[in-house]
Parts: sequence; structure tokens; C-alpha cells
Amino acid sequence: MRKLLLEGLIRSPLTEGPPQPADAALAELAAAVERKARHRLGRSLSIRQVDAGSCNGCELEIHALNNAFYDLERFGLRFVASPRHADVLLVTGPVTKNMREALERTYNATPGPKWVVAVGDCAFNGGLFAGSYAVEGGVSSVLPVDLHICGCPPSPTELLKGLLALLEDASTGGSVAGSGA
Amino acid sequence: MSELKSLIREGRPVEQHRPWARAIVDDAAWNSAAVELADGHWTLLGLWGEADGVHMALLDNGSGDIGVVSLECRERRYPSVGQHHAPAIRLERAIQDLFGLEANGLPDARPWLDHGRWGVRHPLGTRTAAPASGARYEFLPTEGEGLHQIPVGPVHAGIIEPGHFRFTANGETVVRLEERLGYVHKGIEGLMAGADLDRGAKLAGRTSGDCTVAYGVAFARAAEAALDIEAPPHAQWLRALMAELERLANHFGDIGAICNDASFSLMHAHCGVLRELVLRAADTCFGHRLMRDCILPGGVDRDLSPEGMAAIRVLIGEVRRRFPALIELYDNTASLQDRTVTTGLLKPALARQFGAGGYVGRASGRNFDARRSPGYAPYDQLHFEVPVLAHGDVNARVWIRIREVEQSLAIVEQILERLPEGPVRVAVNAPGATREGLALVEGFRGDILVWLRLGGDGRIDRCHLRDPSWFQWPLLEAAIEGNIVADFPLCNKSFNCSYSGHDL
Repeated sequence: MRKLLLEGLIRSPLTEGPPQPADAALAELAAAVERKARHRLGRSLSIRQVDAGSCNGCELEIHALNNAFYDLERFGLRFVASPRHADVLLVTGPVTKNMREALERTYNATPGPKWVVAVGDCAFNGGLFAGSYAVEGGVSSVLPVDLHICGCPPSPTELLKGLLALLEDASTGGSVAGSGA
Repeated sequence: MSELKSLIREGRPVEQHRPWARAIVDDAAWNSAAVELADGHWTLLGLWGEADGVHMALLDNGSGDIGVVSLECRERRYPSVGQHHAPAIRLERAIQDLFGLEANGLPDARPWLDHGRWGVRHPLGTRTAAPASGARYEFLPTEGEGLHQIPVGPVHAGIIEPGHFRFTANGETVVRLEERLGYVHKGIEGLMAGADLDRGAKLAGRTSGDCTVAYGVAFARAAEAALDIEAPPHAQWLRALMAELERLANHFGDIGAICNDASFSLMHAHCGVLRELVLRAADTCFGHRLMRDCILPGGVDRDLSPEGMAAIRVLIGEVRRRFPALIELYDNTASLQDRTVTTGLLKPALARQFGAGGYVGRASGRNFDARRSPGYAPYDQLHFEVPVLAHGDVNARVWIRIREVEQSLAIVEQILERLPEGPVRVAVNAPGATREGLALVEGFRGDILVWLRLGGDGRIDRCHLRDPSWFQWPLLEAAIEGNIVADFPLCNKSFNCSYSGHDL
């Protein structure tokens, strides 16, 4: 184990695509009005993932966001274990009828302000499963959706792009679902 | 003890069912098959229904023969197999929900996939309208002093699929786990009916996303068997290449995740890197990280480019360089071994009884791998070993995966060296009359069964997809007994059953 840890110290990190240059951001922060600075420092969202009927393909790629190449947490985004700790619900699947109530309950347990991101083609409009007796359809047929990230499944890079866009929006005060439950 | 072959010979043979025989039998023969299963002479490979009958795929453990027996259900009922052979119980509950066919004598007749939310009953049989307000589900009673229950799910704490676990614990010790599944039931078999083969292949590839290649191969092979055609050798080898890449990616993910559930995140981080490298190589080769929709009846959708081949060579080199240190890390970390050794024991007798596939079966002494027996191309031309262990604990399930990673690497190298030339696909034409096909394909999790009936126009009349998880989920209930609640994530991850593949 010691060798592995040592190697990790001397090897350059695998993590790709560093965020905005720190110097510029710091200079901007120093000069910015208090509100703007708070937005910068408060750039953080907690995500609760809910599988509402997916084939588990989307989950695999969402998992990949945590690996060393994508390292989601450096952007201030992290997955949490309870909807009560979440700002964002990341919902996958063509909401099945058997999962509808659980999804609604999860949404209601999430305090506002909150955002719903529908991940995958199934979550967009039911995908290949649209029209089945066991399926409601896209996530928007059950919950108000703020952002769709399509793909079957979307790659980690596409997921990252979508989530970073949401982060920008959230940090400039944009929120669709403002009321808390 | 009788032979499966003779039971099938005595039934009314069904023409145009390939590659193994199917026969329509009477109640007595159906019952005798159930008794052979209960006596351990045969293994249940699948049990599924349609509007007016039930089918059972069987493996004769002695001869290795496979066959399908069918029973017509004129009065919408049939003798339960589950009353003799427990692995059939959930399958019979599902048949009851989907087709409205009752299994006489079924010891547990509670609904399984039907949660009372669909607005219809028996959606694949004679549909009747029903309220969609949700039906109450009675969990099995537990009695005893000091017992308490812990309900978990369907929404879980991690990034995983939904299902409900009802633990009954005495202090920290689990005395019973009862699973309730069906939350991700999408009605895939209903959508299959009337679909053409291309749509069917897409649906099959979305039955369980982590096995999209294996399901693609199983569906394609069932269709090809029905149509009596074969994919060109070049395509069959490319399919095996994809299947082994899929196995590698999933095993890396699992090994890391199991260790992570024992709070050993170093292993998780390193395995995550290896998994990502596999997915990137797959993307370079086949244009999709999970290789989805790359396999079609008749062949594959694209050839392997020289860049793709180079990417795989780099991948194999990289894995061969990095993986041994991780094996050593796993083997030499006492605090990790303390969590995995003797945890979540699955007795070999149970694995055998349930016909548990994949690492679940092979870590509990069941020497079965569909690539070897019944076997299919190109694995009959490749050299590989099927690792088997007898301990049946979490540790054994990790080691089976480690050994299978090594075998898959060797298989991929053989494929790169000996990939035959030729076309990637043959034409697939409508058969002109009803045809049926069956396939058994080894996914990373175990053997996947696909049964298919095509109409004369080439459209799907009925397609049944049986995930290996059907025979593994019930065993998790047995493996967790007597363990502490805190070890459940570890046990669960070491099984890594599919919710979506099971719920369909």
C-alpha cells in the first residue's frame, strides 16, 4: 500500500480539464462587491440522485463523475445520501408507475430552493419505454424539471457540462423551484 | 432419475424451435420435471408465461442437455413448480401478475411485480382495468423477543437502483431480510410484442444497462437461432471482444465498490481509473462507452478500426501494469480482509439449488459458465479458465472477479491476435412462418436467457428475457442471515444483482 500511496504523491493527477484559472477568479473576488463574492464562495450544490426506473446505464456514468478523471467535487458539486441534504435532484429513468410515489415523496422531502435535473433520454420523454403500461413518461410528467441532460446514457463530460451550467445559473440567483417543502 | 432428453421426446415436439428442443407436455410430465429440479438432477434456467401457457427451460446436470417444456393452461392455471422447487416461486408470482395464470399450490401467492399502480391487471394476458392507487403489501411475519425492523428503500442512500429491503434485526444481527422488488418494472416484454428485430435489440440492450453487450449478444443469438442463420465469424469475435471489455469494466467497478463499502476508498479510486480506461477504449473502438446498440441480429454494427485495435493494446498494457499492485493491496490489507473474509456466506448447496450464475455461483462451488457449457462461438476457439472457489463469502466473490479479470485480459489478447477477416453482418430476412429461438449467454453477472418467437413477418410475437439476478436475489436473503446490519452494503455489493434486469 505504501508504494501505491507514494506513487500517488509523485505522479501528476489524472484529473482533467481544470476549472477557471484561479488567479483571475481571485482577483475578481477581491474586487467584487460583497454579494458577488458570496456567490463565488457559495458555489456549491448537493445532489441527490434518484433512479426512477432507469436501466442502470445512467447510474454507471453518474458514478464515473466521482472518478479521478472527472472529480466532480472540485466544482463544489457532491452527492449526498438524503433528499433533506440536497439542493438538486438528479433523476433518471422513464418514471415507472411503481416509482412515481417514491419520486414525489423524495421531491417533497427536499428543501427549497431546489432544482430537478432529468438525466438521460428516458428521463426526457420516456425514451424507448414511452407508451408502456408500466411507465409514466419523462420526469416532467411528474415533477417540474429545470434541466434535461440527454443521452443514452449521457457521458460524464456531458453530465459535467450540464451540471456546471446549472451551477452558473444557481450562483447568479436563477431558481425555478423556489418554495421549500 | 430420468433424462431431460427422454422427457422431451415423450412430449409433443414443437417444430422450428432452435437450437434446443421444445415439447408440449401434460401435467404429469410437468410435475415430474419439477420433482427432478427439487431432487437436484436438473437446474431451472427459466420459467415464463404467455397468454395461454407456461414454458420452462431446463438444464440436465448429468448430460448437460438443455430443453424447454411447455404446458397449455386451458383453465388459466397450472401446477406450481415453486411448491417443489423454491427458485421458481418469484417467477411464478411474476407470471401471475403479468398473465393472470395461477400456479396451483404456489406457497407464496403475493403479487411480485404488480404493485397495484399500473391501472391494469394482467397486462400481458387478458387485461382488465384496475385501480392505480397502490396495493398494500404484507411482509412475512417475524416473531420473537427484542426483534426490530429496519425498512430501507426503495430510494437508497447511494447512486443505486431502487428496491425495498425489510430487515428484521436482533440488536445488530440480521435475523431476516425480505426483499421487495419490481419498482423499476418498465414492461419490456410488453413493448417487445409486435416490435421489429432492430427495436427488439434496442430494448434488450436496455434491460440492464451494465450488461448491454451481453443482452445484445443473447438477443441476437436467440434471433439468429430462430432464423437459422449465423453471424459471420468476424462479427462473433467482435461480440466477444465487446463482452470481455464489458466484463472487465464491471469487475473493476465492483472490486472497487466492494472495498469502498468496507471504507477502503484507495482501492475504489484505483479501480475507478481502470474502469474509466476500459470505457474510453470501448468508446474509441465502438463509438459508445458502454457499447450500447453495437450488436444487431446478424452481426455487429461496425468494424474495429486500426485505431481501435491500438487503443485496446494500450489498455491491456496499462491494466497489466497497474492491476497486480491492486491485487496485492487487496490481499495484504488486514483491515479489509477482516471485513470480507467469512462475511455473507452463501452455502454451495443453495447456490447449486438456485442455479446461481456468475461470480455468485462460482464463489460457492458452482462450476458453470455459459461460455464453456453449452458454449458458443467464438469461445469454443479461445483458451480460458473458469475460476471456481468454495468458500462462498464476500472475499471469494472478490477473488472470482480478480481471476476473471485476468482471464478476460487473456481472451482479449487472443481476439486481437487471431481476429478472423470477413463481413460484420449478414442479411436478416423475415422467416415467412413462425420461428422460435433460445440463447444462453454469459454476462459479467451470470447467464442471461433469451427466448424469442418471431412471426412470419419477422416481428416479435413474444420475447422473454431472464436476468441472472432472478436466481441471485433470493440467495442474498440467505447470505445476509446472521451478519450485522452494517455488513449488508458489503454483501449486497458483492452480489451486485440487477434491479432493472430483474424487474424488466
